[in-house]
Amino acid sequence: MSSVTLFAASRAPLISMGRLDVLIIAIYFVVVLGIGFYLKKYVSTGDDFFMAGRKMTAWIAGLSFISANLSSLETMGWSAMAYQYGMLGAHAYWSGAVPAILFLAIVMMPFYYICRTHSVPGYLKLRFGTPTSALAGISFAMLTVLVSGASMFAMAKILHLLLGWNMDVSIWVASLTVAIYVTLGGLVSAVFNEVLQYFLIWFGSLLIPILGLIDAGGWSGMVDKIQRNVPVIHPTVGDANFTSLWRNLGSFDANPMGIDWFGIIFGLGLAVGFGYWCTDFLQVQRVIVAKDLRSAQNGTIIGAVLKMMVPIIVTLPGLLGLAVLLQPDGSPMVLVSEADPRANITHHTYNDVLPLLMGKYLGPGLLGLGITAMIAGFMSGMAGNASAFATVWTYDVYRLLIRRNASDQHYLWMGRWCALLGIMMSVGTAYALFYFSNILEFLLVLIFFFIVPLFGVVILGMLWKRATPTGAFVGFLTAILASMAMWFFVHTFPEGHRPHASVSLDPGAVARVEKTGEGDAEVVQRLTIESGTVRTVNVPIAAAGASGKSADLTLDEAIELPATVDENGKVEAVRLLAPAVVLADTNQPDKFGLEGVPVTLSPGVRLVAADVVQMFNPAEFNTAHAKYLARSERAKPIAVNLYSAAWTLLICVTVLVGVSLFTEPKPESELRDLVIGLTPIPDDGPRPWHTSPWLWATLVMIALVALNWLFW
Amino acid sequence: MPHEEQVPIWYFIGGILAVYGVLILGSGLYELASPPPPEARVALYDLHADIWWGALMIVFGSFYCIRFRPSRVVAESTSQAETPGTAQP
Repeated sequence: MSSVTLFAASRAPLISMGRLDVLIIAIYFVVVLGIGFYLKKYVSTGDDFFMAGRKMTAWIAGLSFISANLSSLETMGWSAMAYQYGMLGAHAYWSGAVPAILFLAIVMMPFYYICRTHSVPGYLKLRFGTPTSALAGISFAMLTVLVSGASMFAMAKILHLLLGWNMDVSIWVASLTVAIYVTLGGLVSAVFNEVLQYFLIWFGSLLIPILGLIDAGGWSGMVDKIQRNVPVIHPTVGDANFTSLWRNLGSFDANPMGIDWFGIIFGLGLAVGFGYWCTDFLQVQRVIVAKDLRSAQNGTIIGAVLKMMVPIIVTLPGLLGLAVLLQPDGSPMVLVSEADPRANITHHTYNDVLPLLMGKYLGPGLLGLGITAMIAGFMSGMAGNASAFATVWTYDVYRLLIRRNASDQHYLWMGRWCALLGIMMSVGTAYALFYFSNILEFLLVLIFFFIVPLFGVVILGMLWKRATPTGAFVGFLTAILASMAMWFFVHTFPEGHRPHASVSLDPGAVARVEKTGEGDAEVVQRLTIESGTVRTVNVPIAAAGASGKSADLTLDEAIELPATVDENGKVEAVRLLAPAVVLADTNQPDKFGLEGVPVTLSPGVRLVAADVVQMFNPAEFNTAHAKYLARSERAKPIAVNLYSAAWTLLICVTVLVGVSLFTEPKPESELRDLVIGLTPIPDDGPRPWHTSPWLWATLVMIALVALNWLFW
Repeated sequence: MPHEEQVPIWYFIGGILAVYGVLILGSGLYELASPPPPEARVALYDLHADIWWGALMIVFGSFYCIRFRPSRVVAESTSQAETPGTAQP
């Protein structure tokens, strides 16, 4: 009989900080609060609060534009993606962001800027009228709060896992700090802190790839190590190419992402990339408040350049994680996904790759700087959401639907309260996630439901004067519903889905472990549970009073749970998780995970067994359904999501065009400054040739092509 | 943010980076003088990254503090206001 130990548990927080590190974090909090109080005196009108007085230079607009997106979820999440998917993680930047940002700068920015809108829903109000604008405004406001709450929950969870900090304290300290500085300074304050955060993130993160590459023996040394370690770390895709950007996208199974070039170009590059960067108001707000159109365009292009460089501190650490994170015996450290039952119990997760590298390379002070950058990233993300929520709610919901003709001071007052309210609602969402953490994934997908159709509506509104208000509303709503329907379709199992056979021990259970071998050769042969409660899912139970795989009883005599089960002709090893047990031999607390090990339950043990069949599971994809969306049963979840986004955009455009052809368009006199051909670009006087947005956009595009060729 | 009386954001950034640089450089020098035991050292300890990274932050932060100090910015903005047609920075 073969049995496998899954992994030694780690009891201490991932990172331990010294006094200097804490001092560095404290200085950051003092500075951001000080900036909030300092800026309050410069915010006296609604335009100051919501639009930063429309006085930002190109550099500040560009830095803020990128920084609002460069949150810690982004840096940790995309490092994790690079660890999971290799070099393909860089597509999030080089395919999914830079082309879209350049498009925003050159094609869309003139419309946003010239119509002097406060927001993207504000543009829709001018172009298509109240129904489309209200749908966009209300959806965006709600989503902003939900996403901000999800970010807050993630921050508290990560700080708890990494540093052992109390989650309540993390949530309240961060949210109260953000509430103070956004309520006082509005968008100006949020932008100040975003620019500050950008520098902290680079100074706090850049040392990791520098030291990691030195440690790995340069780029070629890192690639060699990745090729050696990947079969151990990712055995299911051990043959896939982890270090190419395009070469491995010919088929779904030649790369670890389970996607092909069509999905990357049309799903990520066109639908998600353009949707997010061109119509997510959180992003667009940062650049439409520049002091003139040229600054807004050049600021956006500066943002494209900065975005193009982010893989240095995000993708590269993920790749380094595959090469240099090793166990004490020199074997590769294996990280698992958050959805894996072993996550944070016996294994570190993909999201831990950046903190693990920080702990490996950064000493006192530098570690504090890295943690500060992480906290700053979370807080500026919250501030960005709060300021965007305040703007959209005040201008596009409150002023549009509730109180149309109030004074500027009234809207300023409403904006301050909305910022505070948005943050408190985010706190509420964060606490809801304590109890419903499985909806976190759903929340992130929700953005795609909304943003991709929004892009379809906005871009046709700008480029096609025949697009009608009815067409826009019907196209927008249809695409949102179609996007949701596709998501439900791929997570539905008409034949029933049986979760993996598993056993878990409730906290306090007493267990005796029988092992052979020592050290790394140690293998668990059997586990005996002497007391406590044992829960099983889809494990056959051979006990009096049990029915098949279901039971709820206290055992009168010892029984044995099988090491493997037969599921539809496939042998599946039973997985066991013991997050907080007491070892019978030593009476010491412990935690571990095992797979394929027989388990004996002693008399007196309470057994709760469940036979679970699910018709719907948001964490599992039905490959039989996914193939209709993503062209292949071999497509992995990320590929299915990107293909769904591409279909959503196509549905939106098709419905909008179809309905517009049969409905009445707005007269041209109402479309001035809103649609191409009816929007004269204002002459901003003689300017040096080297400030031309077209010149810089072309140069950035050439650099982008060169990067793709270099890492082909 | 170009406001006549407002301290530029770059000054705040320079200030905080310079302060952090001093703290990190100081910590690096202290560790150089009294090294921690080998088991408490980070990987590539011998490179003393905190010393040169702290120094780099001090240089970067000081440059921004000096270049964007409030007195200089006020003087520049006054001189531009007195010279019609001068481009904004």
